[in-house]
Amino acid sequence: MKTLPLYALAHARSGDKGDGSNVGVIAYDQTSFAILREFLTPLKVKEHFSGIVFGEVRRFELPNLMALNFLLGESLGGSGSASLKTDAQGKTHGMAMLRMEIEVPDDYEPPEAGTAGSMAPDGELGGA
Amino acid sequence: MKSMRAMNVSQPRRIRIANGQGFWGDSVDAPVRLVEEGPLDYLTLDYLAEVTMSILQKQKRRDPARGYATDFVQLIDRILPSLRTKGIKVVANAGGVNPSACRQALVEVAEEHQARGLKIGTVTGDDILDRLEELIASGVGFENMDDGRPITDVLDRIVSANVYIDSFAIAEALARGADIVISGRTTDPGLVLSPLIAEYGWKQDQWSLLAAGTVGGHVVECGAQCTGGNFSRWWEVDGWDRLGYPVLEFAENGEFIVTKHDGTGGLVSVDTVSEQLLYEMGNPKAYLTPDCVVDFTSIQLAQDGKDRVRVSGIRGGEATGTFKVSIAYLEGYKATGQLTVSGPDAVAKAKVCADALWGRLERAGFTYEKTITELVGLDSCHGQIPGPPPDVHEVVLRVGVKDGDRAKVDRFGKELAPLVTSGPPGITGFAGGRPKATEVLGYWPSLIPKDRIVTHVDVEEVQ
Repeated sequence: MKTLPLYALAHARSGDKGDGSNVGVIAYDQTSFAILREFLTPLKVKEHFSGIVFGEVRRFELPNLMALNFLLGESLGGSGSASLKTDAQGKTHGMAMLRMEIEVPDDYEPPEAGTAGSMAPDGELGGA
Repeated sequence: MKSMRAMNVSQPRRIRIANGQGFWGDSVDAPVRLVEEGPLDYLTLDYLAEVTMSILQKQKRRDPARGYATDFVQLIDRILPSLRTKGIKVVANAGGVNPSACRQALVEVAEEHQARGLKIGTVTGDDILDRLEELIASGVGFENMDDGRPITDVLDRIVSANVYIDSFAIAEALARGADIVISGRTTDPGLVLSPLIAEYGWKQDQWSLLAAGTVGGHVVECGAQCTGGNFSRWWEVDGWDRLGYPVLEFAENGEFIVTKHDGTGGLVSVDTVSEQLLYEMGNPKAYLTPDCVVDFTSIQLAQDGKDRVRVSGIRGGEATGTFKVSIAYLEGYKATGQLTVSGPDAVAKAKVCADALWGRLERAGFTYEKTITELVGLDSCHGQIPGPPPDVHEVVLRVGVKDGDRAKVDRFGKELAPLVTSGPPGITGFAGGRPKATEVLGYWPSLIPKDRIVTHVDVEEVQ
């Protein structure tokens, strides 16, 4: 096994949902989707968002879009205008999710979309 | 001309619907460009968020002629001649909590433009603030959907109460010839669904068609978020300075194309549309609206040429017997402020500042229901992502409090500036005066049986 950042396998979007947020993770191909279905459990996602997510993490599958939808409970520091956080609407949770390290088989090659110009860990553009 | 006719025979009819406003505060030029830069049948504009309703309700209390989206009236002043020439109709939830005042302002603009014969439709009935007592007395519980609390917990502090009404009232206004329809609290996707109901005559039990219109509305409801805005692979998006806003081309069978006008910037791909489909998604198999229940796992996407995505296969189910009610109530006060801390040792010095601030307040006898300490530049958005901490040259210390006692919140605001001279060296960025307490509004989501809500549709012609 080796590890790759999630952004090599998938793209994402997030937004607010009551006093929590949602993160939609969309795999670039079926191979990557199968890996993420196995690896991206609610428990692992909750660990990744430690210090941000204080409630339950729920997962839904959308095979038609090769996507997983996560609901991150109690991740905004209060709902509506009650939050004091900079990111009171979870707008950045999608990008935070994409920084997660994913275990993949040694022979796994990330799809073109994940390598054509992937984000380097320091946030700069890498690749071609 | 002959070839054009031949095309019209082979090409099924498509209605073009664009959304030029994802929220109140979105680009003021986007809707103008949509009208000018390409073909269009309908322009939709979404001005309302939950917090907006309570702000508008407060404005209306101070001045009975306010309480609607004033930006909308200014926009119509800019685009009315083009709307008339091109025959573009407008659907907007700009009425806020005062649709009749919005209509009056619109009529005045129309008269200045001598737009005789312009028909303005108004949809009301969503605002139940003045009906709450009557409805409660007659047995509507308004229990909190999330935690089951009784409405009596907040009844004396309620600021606004609005029902997300269905799309058939706006559709009726359009069917009666309205050129511009203003409503209060409708669902965001309903702004797109209602013209389709009016044009294609979709019925109240054609769930999959209503679901298709709803999905179209969901894709465009945040404006440019489906045309390259917020896209994960942002470096593939060109022309940010002239980003195109979304245009839907809808067929009668519910299939549609997501696109944007030729020559505009941005990107419409299966990936950009997929991301927006998942935006603010809960359970994808049961996306509830007043019109239907949508199954998002049925949606099929396919690239159909450059900047064109075909959406098909959408299945919907029967709507529930209730409308969602959004109630806002006063929950307390808050204030936030910030200082910029330069290096060396920016993070360590910022932490000293924060400890000093909270320590000084505590010694003075002030503690709070809720506080926050963030180091912007280090951990304010993503928290502690695993890996070595970055070597930052400077950070912004951002602190805030929330409490039911306004005076305590104002006292917090006086403790920030002293740190510039009584803290570690190299601290700056205190500007704009002491942070002041602002109201915190809590949300109370609830349900009401549909038969308790009566919507009114009014269509008037400008003389």
